[in-house]
Amino acid sequence: MMTFVFKRVLFGLTTLVLASAVVFAMLQVVPGDPARLMLGMNATEDQVQVLREQMGLNQPLVLQYLDWAGGLLRLDFGRSYTYSVEVSELVGERLAVSLPLALISLGLSTLVAIPLGIYAASRRGKTADAVSMGAAQIGMAMPNFWFALLLIYVFAVWLRLVPAGGFPGWSAGVWPALKALILPALALALPQAAILARVTRSAMVEVLGQDYIRTARAKGMTARSVLWRHALRNALIPVLTILGMQFAFLLAGTIIVENVFYLPGLGRLVFQAISQRDLVVVQSVVMLLVAAVILVNLLVDLSYALVDPRLRGNR
Amino acid sequence: MKTIGRLTAVGLLAVAISGPAWAARTDLVLAMPLEPPHLDPTASAAAAIDEVFYANVFEGLTRIGERGEVLPGLAESWTISDDGKIYTFKLHSGVKYHDGTDFDASDVKFSLDRARGEKSVNAQKALFSAIDTVEVVDPLTVKVMLKQPQGSFLYNMAWGDAVIVAPESADTNKEKPIGTGPFKFQNWAKGSSITLVKADGYWGSPIFLNKAEVRFIPDAAAAIPALLSGDVQALPNFPLGDALPQVQADPRFKVVIGSTEGETVLATNNKRPPFDNLKVRQAIAHALDRKAIIDGATGGLGTPIGSHFAPHNPAYVDLTGTYPYDPAKAREVLKEAGHPNGFKATLKLPPVGYARLGGEIIASQLREVGIDLQIIPVEWPVWLKTVFTDKDYDLSIVAHTEPNDIDIYGRKDYYFQYDNPAFDKVIADLNLTSDETKRTELYKQAQKILAEDAVNGFLFELPKIGIWDAKIEGLWQNSPIQANDLTKVKWVE
Amino acid sequence: MSFASPPTTLARPTGLRLLASRTFVAGAVLTGLVLLTAVMSLVWTPYDITRLVVADRMQPPSFAHWLGTDHLGRDILSMIMLGARTSIAVALVAVGIGVGIGVPLGAYAAARGGFVDEALMRFNDLVFAFPSLVSAIMITAIFGPGAVNAIIAIGIFNIPVFARVARAGALSIWPREFILAARAAGKSDIRITAEHILPNIAGLLLVQASIQFALGILAEAGLSYVGLGAQPPMPSWGRMLYDAQTVMLVAPWLAVFPGTAIMATVLGLNMMGDGIADALDPRARGRR
Repeated sequence: MMTFVFKRVLFGLTTLVLASAVVFAMLQVVPGDPARLMLGMNATEDQVQVLREQMGLNQPLVLQYLDWAGGLLRLDFGRSYTYSVEVSELVGERLAVSLPLALISLGLSTLVAIPLGIYAASRRGKTADAVSMGAAQIGMAMPNFWFALLLIYVFAVWLRLVPAGGFPGWSAGVWPALKALILPALALALPQAAILARVTRSAMVEVLGQDYIRTARAKGMTARSVLWRHALRNALIPVLTILGMQFAFLLAGTIIVENVFYLPGLGRLVFQAISQRDLVVVQSVVMLLVAAVILVNLLVDLSYALVDPRLRGNR
Repeated sequence: MKTIGRLTAVGLLAVAISGPAWAARTDLVLAMPLEPPHLDPTASAAAAIDEVFYANVFEGLTRIGERGEVLPGLAESWTISDDGKIYTFKLHSGVKYHDGTDFDASDVKFSLDRARGEKSVNAQKALFSAIDTVEVVDPLTVKVMLKQPQGSFLYNMAWGDAVIVAPESADTNKEKPIGTGPFKFQNWAKGSSITLVKADGYWGSPIFLNKAEVRFIPDAAAAIPALLSGDVQALPNFPLGDALPQVQADPRFKVVIGSTEGETVLATNNKRPPFDNLKVRQAIAHALDRKAIIDGATGGLGTPIGSHFAPHNPAYVDLTGTYPYDPAKAREVLKEAGHPNGFKATLKLPPVGYARLGGEIIASQLREVGIDLQIIPVEWPVWLKTVFTDKDYDLSIVAHTEPNDIDIYGRKDYYFQYDNPAFDKVIADLNLTSDETKRTELYKQAQKILAEDAVNGFLFELPKIGIWDAKIEGLWQNSPIQANDLTKVKWVE
Repeated sequence: MSFASPPTTLARPTGLRLLASRTFVAGAVLTGLVLLTAVMSLVWTPYDITRLVVADRMQPPSFAHWLGTDHLGRDILSMIMLGARTSIAVALVAVGIGVGIGVPLGAYAAARGGFVDEALMRFNDLVFAFPSLVSAIMITAIFGPGAVNAIIAIGIFNIPVFARVARAGALSIWPREFILAARAAGKSDIRITAEHILPNIAGLLLVQASIQFALGILAEAGLSYVGLGAQPPMPSWGRMLYDAQTVMLVAPWLAVFPGTAIMATVLGLNMMGDGIADALDPRARGRR
């Protein structure tokens, strides 16, 4: 078991190093000069050079990379060109939006999808099954930014229950902040819930077909207690896997929905940083996201290994 | 279907109107499309910084008024020597920075020297190029010596890039701006908003608002719901275009269309064939239907221009008829130019609504006369690099928003690559002329030369589209400079 | 050589089961309709959308314009038809990249095992670890926005998906008896893969392809929505939605039609995928 963990961690670290090189290399070939961008059309070339010098952009690339990567090792993510503050500070501010948003939408989708999936599985082949899985199909097919627009016009413009977008900050109070996150969380939760409901249902159907469940039924346990006590527990692994993947996705995959609601989240930070050529921010945030994905994958792998010792060897 | 749309809109309005009434409010939430990269107006070209802080938090020796006039700022008066080379400014007394330190003449010297110094990263360094030395006479008097007379000096000192900052806070203004204005900076929630609050003991006339929050909403699609839902009460300068009809009929809001200094042109690479041929440029001019372009790109609100000059300027001449819209004529001229079957070219478009929309329309119009344009959308960094700096482009669309900037056509390395000694002569004369009538005459000549040479496709003056709560007064109608002056803004019942 | 010809998974009984599946048929009809409009747009659209008639802008649906016109006076029906082409082309080529590179990689890794297999899995980890949307944005920042670059951005992330499916599928086939027999007959790994492995995992790959195709349609719409997908004058459903959202109250039809088109396509593809999966594995029927 220890060698397995060790091996996985080692792979994770290798991936991180490779990823840092890939990200750095990619950003070097992005056209556009951050210094010229900051100074605009009326500045002279000499002025641009002065600023480039100040920003450390005139150093050799290898030095720039080692400088940045070395900083990462010391948990120093560098300084944003455009905002001229520490990247860690920026990321901290953005995570205060992205993390709760991810958790809320994950919570919402879990709350709806798992019961729905179980219910559909228990009604397999009946109308209720068809209706709920049909709904899940539609949920998967609807572009979330389109759904977001619909939500805005109904709940913000028409009913005026929540703000149409933006984020007041947690300093404005927990309730106003939560209110600002409800619609984006809903928009993000819809496709996630649809997928989760389908996975839950098929996992349940699979488990319900197993021998030991039939045995339990034969031994006289009620359908309900079989469902909850045996089947659900065993169907949990694939469901948790999907949840882990969705969480990792939600941390940065929300750019489009963040744009619709103009939320100051991590996704939009990267989006803006790319268009403003704030390379340090892009590099560091991408690395953080890569690290998050690797960590989540590691945890999922470990949980597999714990459940099924056969998997410890390979994979 | 249209009626259904209308009915829905009316229904939504009815619900919206029943919202709470705002009586004698002293707070305001306004929205802007772009967020400042940092908060120091003396160290960036970003207009967004000035749009938050100009006149509100930072002040200069002089300032620009709503109609573009130069007004006294921190300098209550000034005298100019007879040779036009020495400006002596008398400063207001009792002015304090928001951190409690006193403002005096040494701050003026510090700010001007910093802006024109070797290490300066001021984006408009050219504004200070005429300054020879700055001298502190006494704490309330400062003398500026120029290398040569400069007619626009007082105007230059009114730019947002020329505001006066204190040596104690100059280096930290990017994060925590300290100025002398009636509002002080309170908080910047990055990616979201900037909050300003009333400053205590302001030296000038008192303001009405206690708190102003500027929210950053990237596009009209998000701004309209924010306005309709009441989250935001003013969009002072927002490229709304097509979205305007949604709010125009709504009595809760005031729609105010004003002017800007943004001449929007189909920028043309005058040195690159076939655009080095006057006939080709004339043909393009004949092929452009300004009305359709204005309707499609600005929701019909732009003012057509025939040269590079703002229509509200007294020296403006209407030259839109120089090469009137006439596709048949365009084809004919193109044939004379030696392109009977037209040609292919590229059109590089920066990421702004008027350019992207206008570009599609122009591509369609030029295709009618045989010119096949390939649209290449680019981001600003790429535009600045390839089009503006490297001059690697055929055509582009951009609004030149600097006021009174016809002289850019005389710059040899400018990206239009235009070179006409007759025009240069006019600009040189202008720099030596101070008589207003003569200046007006010269400006008119300059406009005519550009129009006849069809240097660029002259399209329209960018409109300033403002929408705000009908109970708000004091926001600017026009945009003579990049600013949202909140010093006169108040709620009325 | 009695067991020379193994049953392939897409043989006739599967085909019949497919036709019997209502999910598959409904999905196929929807997808077919979209494909048909896309193909039709190659030869005919009601209007030429490169000729803008700004004077006719934002008209509601009428006899002249069945689905109305947009902010530049273009016919929405024509735009939807041409947009179908863009969406399908982008998603299909992206799937092609995934299949073309991922499947050989996965099959090779399964055949070779050992270090090669390990290296492939690590490469997969690397690509999977990158946030896909952020990477897509970086790719378009490098090459500029456009349909081709959207294809690359989406296609790259399809590679590990297909590699993984192909590898897992191939690994489950390799120990089977008929493979051992083929080996005994002296066939090379490459030949066995081509003749026996690939036909047997074709069904699995088809299911995955339909899923990635649907995801590709959504990804293209998303990229276009943030301005990084297909560029004007090439219409795109995502771009149409972006343009429509500023006029939701005055011209709701502009948002309704492209949105419906996206949903119908994705729905059709997903249902087809479900149908194929059910037909491949009758025991799992209804599991999905």
